[in-house]
Amino acid sequence: MIAQAAFELRLLMRNGEQLLLTLIIPVALLLGVTLVPAMPLSAPAGAERVPEALGGVLAVAIIASAFTSLAISVGFDRRSGALLMLATTPLSRSGILGARALATMGMVAIQVVLLVITAMALGWRPGAAAIALPAFALMGTAAFAALGFALGGAVRAEATLALANAIFLALVAVGGTTFPASALPGPLAALVSLLPSSGLADLLRWSTGAAGDASLALDVAVVILWGLAGTLVASRTFRWR
Amino acid sequence: MDAACLEGVVVAYPGGRTALAGLDLTVASGKVTVLLGPNGAGKSTAVGVLAGLIRPDAGHAEVLGGSPGRLDARRRLNVMVQDDGLPTGAHPAEIVRHVARLRGAPATARPLIEMLGLDQLGRTTIRRLSGGERRRVSLACALVGEPDVVILDEPTAGLDPRGRSIVWDAIAELRDRGRSVLLCTHLLDEAEALADDIAIIAGGRTRASGSLASLLPDGTERVTFDGPLHLEVAGLVQALPEGSRVEEVSPGRYRIDGDASPQILATVASWCAQHGVQPRNLSVGAESLSDAYWRLTEEPGAQP
Repeated sequence: MIAQAAFELRLLMRNGEQLLLTLIIPVALLLGVTLVPAMPLSAPAGAERVPEALGGVLAVAIIASAFTSLAISVGFDRRSGALLMLATTPLSRSGILGARALATMGMVAIQVVLLVITAMALGWRPGAAAIALPAFALMGTAAFAALGFALGGAVRAEATLALANAIFLALVAVGGTTFPASALPGPLAALVSLLPSSGLADLLRWSTGAAGDASLALDVAVVILWGLAGTLVASRTFRWR
Repeated sequence: MDAACLEGVVVAYPGGRTALAGLDLTVASGKVTVLLGPNGAGKSTAVGVLAGLIRPDAGHAEVLGGSPGRLDARRRLNVMVQDDGLPTGAHPAEIVRHVARLRGAPATARPLIEMLGLDQLGRTTIRRLSGGERRRVSLACALVGEPDVVILDEPTAGLDPRGRSIVWDAIAELRDRGRSVLLCTHLLDEAEALADDIAIIAGGRTRASGSLASLLPDGTERVTFDGPLHLEVAGLVQALPEGSRVEEVSPGRYRIDGDASPQILATVASWCAQHGVQPRNLSVGAESLSDAYWRLTEEPGAQP
């Protein structure tokens, strides 16, 4: 399973579209959110804003890898028969999905390192809360991977491609990631704060030291519940072809 | 012991189409079994059942003395499916090495990469390979490890003559090493060249199975010839002795039922001369595999 995960991570790192989605867009977003004054964040543009921006963009990066990229690759690998080809090898079916999840975690680790380095170049210094960052990142990756398997394992490849990208854009724009849900108008803010994107971003913003309205227990519950829902749906509807 | 067998296997797809309607198939140990049948006959579904990818709705499937798809079966049985499922962004030799590692036999990759000329493809990704090149990669993946049973679903489809010859050599070598092979193909010359046993299936059922000789039942010699498609043969029937029948057994191939005799041969030749028909391959002989294939796959109920 580890050999398969390493092989998949190597292929991911070679795929230009995937790198655009998982590395280039998040880094560009971090720079943009930090430096563009018009962004609706609590701190003014510049170094003071980096903690808040970094937390949100880390959430965007995790969603890109664990949800969008994973759902699309599962969708197309179902159609091409790649999952079935693997299913004829000694790798078990849980091993195939486990390897995909493990490769995703490897990708997320690379994203986190890259974004943290970029943030530090912009003046960010990790505080004590940053100890929780890897745990929150792992939890978010697991939850969004479950949702990614649920989407990519049930829907046709082209529909997965469209949906995974559309949902990604929506979550980046108004999912409580790039800027917190509280910046949205009243009822929408309450609704969005129940999305896993908002929960994860709040947790990550807390760990990067941003002043915010994070209610940690609620955010953890939101992320875990969405992850469980994704796992339940995926375990019932996942199709190998 | 048989390497693999299916007994009365039924597979129905959603929407009501029955892919297999009680298929029997035996892959004898150490032999090459060829599975013949028209498109949609159920060959690939049978392969899917043996590979453990498709669960039969009824009947019994067995691979190496146990259920298909269990770990021991996945270790000892390799499959080359039609949708090869190769990762499109990977390089040919890299995939073969990876599959060999998954099969716990990394050392088996190198000889196959060399034999199938995959190192010449270098760092071209799978999505840029031609169909034939891609088949070679897929074949190498089906041969790595030390499989006891190898299933090849149309391995030579779309290959040039040299590519076909490489695949045929690889199959012959597997047999020489005592492996069991199930080969699905549409090519009758491929079946004749490689098969120890042949199974002909159509409409999800087995029409005939056994050695090549046993599929050509009576050995009765008949007159046959090839000509234009769909000849109007009523006149020929009249010229022949009372009670003779002329049948177009496959498109453009005609058989005169009744004992073959020099008189019948002469009558056919002169009728053809009068009608300006060139009777190619006019001959006297027993049924060929091609004749048997057409007979067995066109019986009523053979088409789904």
